Amino acid sequence: MKRELRVHPIRNGTVIDHIAPGQALNVLKILGIVGTSDAVVSAVMNVQSKKAHTKDIVKVEDRELKPHEVDKIALIAPLATINIIRDYKVTKKDKVILPDAVVGVVRCANPNCISNTHEPVISKFTIDKSQSQIRLRCIYCERTISENIAEHLL
Amino acid sequence: MFAKKHIISMRDFSRAEIDHILQRAEALETFASERSTDILAGKILAMLFYEPSTRTRLSFETAMKRLGGETISMVSTEASSAAKGEMLADTIRVVGEYADVIVLRHPKEGSTRMSAEMSDVPIINAGDGAGHHPTQTLLDLYTIKRESNLRNLNIALIGDLKYGRTVHSLVYALSLYGAKISLVSPEQLCIPSDIKEDLTKSGIDVYETTKLEDVMEDADVVYVTRIQKERFPDLSEYQKVAGSYRISLKSLKNCKEDMIIMHPLPRVDEIDTEMDSTKHAKYFKQAFYGVPVRMAVLSLVLGCDV
Repeated sequence: MKRELRVHPIRNGTVIDHIAPGQALNVLKILGIVGTSDAVVSAVMNVQSKKAHTKDIVKVEDRELKPHEVDKIALIAPLATINIIRDYKVTKKDKVILPDAVVGVVRCANPNCISNTHEPVISKFTIDKSQSQIRLRCIYCERTISENIAEHLL
Repeated sequence: MFAKKHIISMRDFSRAEIDHILQRAEALETFASERSTDILAGKILAMLFYEPSTRTRLSFETAMKRLGGETISMVSTEASSAAKGEMLADTIRVVGEYADVIVLRHPKEGSTRMSAEMSDVPIINAGDGAGHHPTQTLLDLYTIKRESNLRNLNIALIGDLKYGRTVHSLVYALSLYGAKISLVSPEQLCIPSDIKEDLTKSGIDVYETTKLEDVMEDADVVYVTRIQKERFPDLSEYQKVAGSYRISLKSLKNCKEDMIIMHPLPRVDEIDTEMDSTKHAKYFKQAFYGVPVRMAVLSLVLGCDV
């Protein structure tokens, strides 16, 4: 029987591979691909992976990601790889790098935090990578976020 | 080490830095009551209190005056530009032009960290919402040092461990001293899980219970906190836990001879007034120690030696 690909190769664009299972739709949200959009996008979820049991994959045609988008993806899918595709060939393949801190990327979960007021302040979080689950700590109120990080992305 | 440093959260301090402040407080204690000094003559402390305070405000004012400095105050938010909607960031920039150091109490958590980013003069956090109150923690440590012992300490923290900012800062600092910590609270007011995780990560031995009698026998220090009505979003939740614990003469049965009782004050009914005359009661002494500790902090951030 002829083996069929679930998603066909793309000519130009980005393939985000090894996304934690269940996070593909959040990756699309980070890329601003929600509701009506002109972007040509393929997403597969919970497919078999050699590295982990299952993974999600997102392919976006004719688009390369901006650094702040990659930082956001690293927060919800720290094992993801970003593949740049040009003329059907992978021209660059990088693992996302979880930074030590993120600025203007996450909204503090504490409604009484100064970063959630009209004061001229941009949210800043340090990232604790010492545990298996990453933990963000607001540098202002010191409240931490370790679950459902996607819900707190700006 | 401390000149121009902002005093925002105990997380910013190493044990060596805390020890340095406590030593400085001990050196200044004599000037806190019997006689004054003039090492901060010509310096101005601005006190910005957006929330009510008695002990913190008065002890900072006393500390500055005992050191020969002056104070200026924003007496109430209603009588200031805050009532006109001025941003805290702007107020800090303006007041920083008038004063050499700013003490700030504000209802929003993280307000002092933000202010420190805006300010050229040192900011001292006097309480940011349910966040931190580092000079309270320093005076608590100083009280333990003077009236008990910071080494091999067995401390029981009682009452509101969820909303009580003094407790959050104190447990963090105690973890630097390797204290054995017992936490006594109603289930609804137990310590937040992230703070507990931090303690576990630091290798601190933590015991949790809802019963006061489980901890009284072994404690060197019994630290009692008020259940704070103002921090409860729902009054009915407050009423369920109000008056959960009350230290009275009966509680002293089986306690250590040299056990001390502390409380950040104000108290409501957590410590019976009959306790005040016992040798264990140290909460008024603790309030006094706020003066030498704040003298130490002010002199250090202003770069003045004794």
